[in-house]
Amino acid sequence: MALDTVLIAQSSPDNAQPFAELGLKPDEYARIKEILGRRPTSSELAMYSVMWSEHCSYKSSKVHLKQFGEKAPKSDALLVGIGENAGVVDVGQGYAVTFKIESHNHPSFIEPYQGAATGIGGIVRDILTMGARPIAVMDPLRFGPADAPDTRRVLPGIVAGVGGYGNCLGLPNIGGEVVFDETYIGNPLVNALCVGVMKHSDIKLAKAAGAGNLVVLYGAKTGGDGIGGVSVLASETFGAGGSTKRPSVQVGDPFVEKVLIECSLEIFAEDLVVGIQDLGGAGLSCATSELASGGSGGMKVALDKVPLRDPSLSPEEILMSESQERMCAIVEPSKIARFLEICKKWDVTVTVIGEVTDGNRLEITWNGEVIVNVPPRTVAHEGPVYNRPLAQPAYINQVNSQKVNVPMPSGASEIKAAVLKLAGAPNLADKSWVTAQYDKYVQGNTIQAQPDDSGMVRLDEKTHLGVAISTDANANWSYLNPYQGAKLALAEAARNIATAGARPLAVTNCLNFGSPEDPGVMWQFAESVRGLADGCLEMGLPVTGGNVSFYNQTGAVAILPTPVIGVLGVIQDVRKRTPMSFKTNGLELYLLGETQEDLAGSEWAFLHGQRVGQSPDADLAREMRLIELLLEGNAFFNAAHDLSQGGLSAGLTEMVLRYNVGATISLSNPAIDLLSETPGRVIVAVEANKVSQLQTLATKYSIAISKLGTTGGDSLAINDAVISLDELRTVHTSTFPRLFG
Amino acid sequence: MRVGVITFPGTLDDRDAARAVVAGGSEAVSLWHADADLKSVDAVVLPGGFSYGDYLRCGAISRFAPVMQLVIEAAGKGMPVLGICNGFQVLCESHLLPGALTRNSDLHFLCRDQEIEIVNNTTPWTTSYKAGEKIVIPLKNGEGSFQCDDKTLAELEGEGRIIARYVGQNPNGSRNLIAGITNARGNVVGLMPHPEHAINELTGPSAQGLGFFTSILNAMVK
Repeated sequence: MALDTVLIAQSSPDNAQPFAELGLKPDEYARIKEILGRRPTSSELAMYSVMWSEHCSYKSSKVHLKQFGEKAPKSDALLVGIGENAGVVDVGQGYAVTFKIESHNHPSFIEPYQGAATGIGGIVRDILTMGARPIAVMDPLRFGPADAPDTRRVLPGIVAGVGGYGNCLGLPNIGGEVVFDETYIGNPLVNALCVGVMKHSDIKLAKAAGAGNLVVLYGAKTGGDGIGGVSVLASETFGAGGSTKRPSVQVGDPFVEKVLIECSLEIFAEDLVVGIQDLGGAGLSCATSELASGGSGGMKVALDKVPLRDPSLSPEEILMSESQERMCAIVEPSKIARFLEICKKWDVTVTVIGEVTDGNRLEITWNGEVIVNVPPRTVAHEGPVYNRPLAQPAYINQVNSQKVNVPMPSGASEIKAAVLKLAGAPNLADKSWVTAQYDKYVQGNTIQAQPDDSGMVRLDEKTHLGVAISTDANANWSYLNPYQGAKLALAEAARNIATAGARPLAVTNCLNFGSPEDPGVMWQFAESVRGLADGCLEMGLPVTGGNVSFYNQTGAVAILPTPVIGVLGVIQDVRKRTPMSFKTNGLELYLLGETQEDLAGSEWAFLHGQRVGQSPDADLAREMRLIELLLEGNAFFNAAHDLSQGGLSAGLTEMVLRYNVGATISLSNPAIDLLSETPGRVIVAVEANKVSQLQTLATKYSIAISKLGTTGGDSLAINDAVISLDELRTVHTSTFPRLFG
Repeated sequence: MRVGVITFPGTLDDRDAARAVVAGGSEAVSLWHADADLKSVDAVVLPGGFSYGDYLRCGAISRFAPVMQLVIEAAGKGMPVLGICNGFQVLCESHLLPGALTRNSDLHFLCRDQEIEIVNNTTPWTTSYKAGEKIVIPLKNGEGSFQCDDKTLAELEGEGRIIARYVGQNPNGSRNLIAGITNARGNVVGLMPHPEHAINELTGPSAQGLGFFTSILNAMVK
């Protein structure tokens, strides 16, 4: 294909262009022509198409996401907010922590290993780009039914990809989720969270300031992989008989990324960059336009200087390629020699590809001919915005008006059977088959990891300062009531770090939904965002950033609305955390919070094929009092464990198996007590002589409290039902090996 | 005492190994793969990770690093060398230790708390343990299955050169449950599990890995 230049575009205004194939709508194409005053060159068209994709431009979600800013609570902790590569929060002692969660759903369905691997790679570079050393990852995953043949294809590949990439980077994997539901069968969710740490003074931003400063591309060479990944894959519904789209999936090389991390951190330590951006979705199109927009707008790039793995790539392909493990830095000329030297030390390919200019145009040349000349903000930030139609779907009234009708156990043998059924259910069973494939020890600062309530890492070996993170979503509740579902997920994530004694500080989110072109899905999305923004305002937790993944839909079947909420908290002394379970006999077990008949959206209802009823209402004021209680009680609690999916039954199972110490429990209404999933409940274990202290705390914070029983023995005894720990463990741990080998 | 910790591109557990060296009472000295300089260290640790991305074969490229030529030379003169995980693989590729580490028998990366038995407590890295002492330290690798020919295995067994064995079910298919071995002279030790990740109960499953690092201090002081 002949080179299409700005000159040619000016002289051939009527040339037909394949905008539709690149994912642009006719009105979007018309707007590009209006911005440029001519037709775009093929390279410009490539840039706009990827940057104006749903994935990069947030065109369907923007009007809703702005609530996170409008309803933002006052917070002194927020150092960098939404809009940069990742948010940054102050955790004290001069440390800043950056964390973010992103989706890599579509690529992971097509090519599970590489899709998941590059999902980890991408989020890690986002964190690195802020100037931080990445210190841990987490991975909330969702799959089709556990016994579905395609789940056996997708799950092992995704788990191996998360592990293969993360392990090789030397990042401990400290938690996540594995959830199964039939709606994910054609659209598994791979969300990846990374957290990094730096000193306040080390924060880096994506901006190209200072005319004459150099634009430097470093890291892997550019290849033909992942071309149009954001526009072709992430922004379209999969068709039933469509092409496999495999060439749109990127291929990762974790070794190159590990070296890139160390090289970048050495460069940052010597303060050699003015601005920096990683190359992820939309590759060079994104990096150059975002860096230029972040500065005064002027930048010149010689695209022919980009080092290539495949010399036959056209300029359009180079601009769209999503080859992994690449970074783009803005460097003052006086510092370039040292920059190149550090890259040489790490054997990292580095090339000066352009410079910052005085103007406000991004100009890209190919062997001297101008192929792109655009105002960069129109590419990066001024894409189309849609206020898509939304309407409450018909199913809502239908399911809300029904009541869960499932068999409830009575008598010892039925209770025992129910507890065992939940213990072995794929959503609640032991996840060691998955987590054993992840390195949780590397870096030597992991304090908590799966199966603990939250992941916790130490930041400082001398002061023992640490952070805890949990990610949660309850898609069943979100399906019944997306507004409450988002709030409930937020509350659960916050509670999961408070049980260990960490104070919630900030929120990230990964909003996974079906097609935004479906008004019902759009309504679910709008309600979820409204719920999360309201919840964050009420709980005083700022949203620091996040990610929207639409088009998780195959044909007419959308996934359950799945807003995954991550909450980060700070703990002053990791040595004083409260573990999730007890290690000794004779402790008193208490339940904090009241149990109502909340079976709608519960695992017990799910196991009986029912997704009806009304989700519980989130009582965030009570959740906040409970969090304060947990933080104060941290001083004397022997254990604290959040109750969520699977209710008290699952909570007790997890506790007794954690350190192999049994418990004797007495319940007045065992069926509801065990199976209900009323939110805002926590099991705590205390020494007998601390019970009155616990009761005083409960009174102080107006939290209901009831005695469950005592710890000890080699069984879980609930009224007359006695389950030996061996039997319980066998059921709990055999599900995954049986399903996945 | 100065204990060198080598960093290859792709090494991951170098900071952890240095921390363990310090916890064991010695000074940790960073050694860079491309420098032909051992910086007057008294002993060397090759830490875990994926040096050179484990390309070709685990450890196959690292053995040619300039620093390794000095390590091979110094080991020949009796300097204590400990290779952990990827470091063990590098030592095998360097022919400082016999055998090879191959893919785990179930083909998965495996990270778990592993019980091992210290079989030989006479090497400079194991004197802090009693012979037969059982400890729990992390095992985390994808290619940890120790393999060698029958003759080598008989030699290792016969000469007491197996320093640690897995207890219970074989986690990765290693011959004779071998978790670690030493060379004929007894100064070079390769170990698949990670003692540097078990130096306290806060960040590891136990503090029982510290013995490797107190042993080396004792060996040097003697």
